[in-house]
Amino acid sequence: MECSATMLPLGESAVLVEFGGGIHPDTHRKVKAFTEYLDCHCLPGMVEYVSAFSSVTVFYDSLLVKQLHQNHVELKEEPSYRIISVILQKIVTELRIGEGQESRIVEIPVCYGGELGPDLAYVAEYNKLTVDEVIDIHSKGDYLVYMIGFAPGFPYLGGMSEKISTPRRQSPRTKISAGSVGIAGMQTGVYPIPTPGGWQLIGRTPLALFRPNEDPPSLLQAGDRIRFYPISQKEYEEYKREPI
Amino acid sequence: MSIKVLQPGLLTSMQDLGRYGYQKHGVIVSGAMDAYSLRIANILVGNQESEGTLEMALLGPSLEIEKDSLLAITGGNLSPTINGKVVPMWRPVYVKAGSILQFGVCKSGCRSYLAIAGGCDLLEVMGSKSTYLRAGIGGFQGRALQRGDVLAVNSPQGAILERMEYFKRIHSLESFVPSSWYAGRQPMPHVLRLTTIRMTRGLQFEYFTAESKSQLLNASFQITAQSDRMGYRLSGVNLQLKSPLEMISEAVALGTVQVPPDGNPIILLADRQTVGGYPKIGQVAIVDVPILAQVRPGAAIQFQEITLEEAERLYIARENYIQELKTAIQLKFL
Repeated sequence: MECSATMLPLGESAVLVEFGGGIHPDTHRKVKAFTEYLDCHCLPGMVEYVSAFSSVTVFYDSLLVKQLHQNHVELKEEPSYRIISVILQKIVTELRIGEGQESRIVEIPVCYGGELGPDLAYVAEYNKLTVDEVIDIHSKGDYLVYMIGFAPGFPYLGGMSEKISTPRRQSPRTKISAGSVGIAGMQTGVYPIPTPGGWQLIGRTPLALFRPNEDPPSLLQAGDRIRFYPISQKEYEEYKREPI
Repeated sequence: MSIKVLQPGLLTSMQDLGRYGYQKHGVIVSGAMDAYSLRIANILVGNQESEGTLEMALLGPSLEIEKDSLLAITGGNLSPTINGKVVPMWRPVYVKAGSILQFGVCKSGCRSYLAIAGGCDLLEVMGSKSTYLRAGIGGFQGRALQRGDVLAVNSPQGAILERMEYFKRIHSLESFVPSSWYAGRQPMPHVLRLTTIRMTRGLQFEYFTAESKSQLLNASFQITAQSDRMGYRLSGVNLQLKSPLEMISEAVALGTVQVPPDGNPIILLADRQTVGGYPKIGQVAIVDVPILAQVRPGAAIQFQEITLEEAERLYIARENYIQELKTAIQLKFL
């Protein structure tokens, strides 16, 4: 697969590498291939990167970029954002996008409904389904983690069935507990830390998605595939007491 | 060696230069709002530039300095006193054990930084001592300081320790002794005066109406009371897109000026989220973020457009200046 991208400056400390193509698994593969390259190669002057649906933003230190390319005849008179753009463009054109990269599958236990999923009945009613059908559809889905952001460890997932799509709540809750599994329109996701939010809450996982003392601190990574599976309230509580 | 919190102030938290390398996991950078003042405070007491300091806003704390210390206060002037006597800022100050450091009214700027030689003895979380308030991690127990907290301080080493011994010998009667020189003072926005902030064009600048683009650079904006460490919410002019723009989330940066559908711009600051989906009309120059961080809610700013090349040149010039300053201050301690 051919790969090209547009380099756009996000101020004087970051370049947004835009692959185009919107929210699509093919676009995601390009994003993933590019970040894998960045993970394995030391890019002089780079601080970190953030990957999103169709872009990767590379943060850099312009002073370091300048200093580290002093000996580069063609580039040394250029501003840092030009130097870094030229380097990133070269990486993009040389990227090899594999067809079927194996992705990690993460299984997430969810206790659906009850106190832990107060909006499950509403989601069922809205979609003219039974509660069990909603659980079945949600837990049979195959979800792709497109990106992590908004909160530490929060996954932006693709692949939810239209059959259980439900609009956000009229009035957002002021506090949603960590581990809450929710639906908002065509999206589903898990809140890693307590936060206000307007999503329809259908259940809760005992798994910690944000682990500040581990490396990496996020259970999920862009490119992972996740599956939800139902557990009982008793299993949920046991799991909370003794996490695996 | 330790510092005891007698009164915590409005929002006093441990901050350093931020938590880098974890944004791809959704972990925000945090760190000082005015990174310039933090770096100078650390340099003045012989710490690493990136050491954690106390950031205090508008209403400062009262602290008991329990052991002999060398400290420096930079940033906005929150009227610091030691045992009731005015302490000069932007310079190293030797303080004797048992002294009370108290902050009072805010005379200029709105955030002050207190660095202490040796730095506070706190565990780093993901390589940083910054407090990430919403996730409750980092800094002092993941939260802002409260009355009764006791912060342990590492013993200073080498030339700084010798300097302290010297002060101790010759000024045995004073409760504190400031150096005769000061360094690194930056222009500080005065309360309620219009401050000019330089910016480059944002990625979606061209999608805004001609009128909005012109107003962005000619009108003034008020920093509203809803502003915090995450971002400054502005009011004044309603910025409008030419037509609705379908955007998918992408990374944002320090100083990104984004415009939500209500038309009131938000400037993203230290505790900004990692990604956003609103159009970005501008990007505050990195060198002007510390100035902006000192503009208090209620005051007004005006944007001035500069080129990306100019913003980069200003950044490199400032970094070079800080390095020169660091060398000069190190020589003072020899």
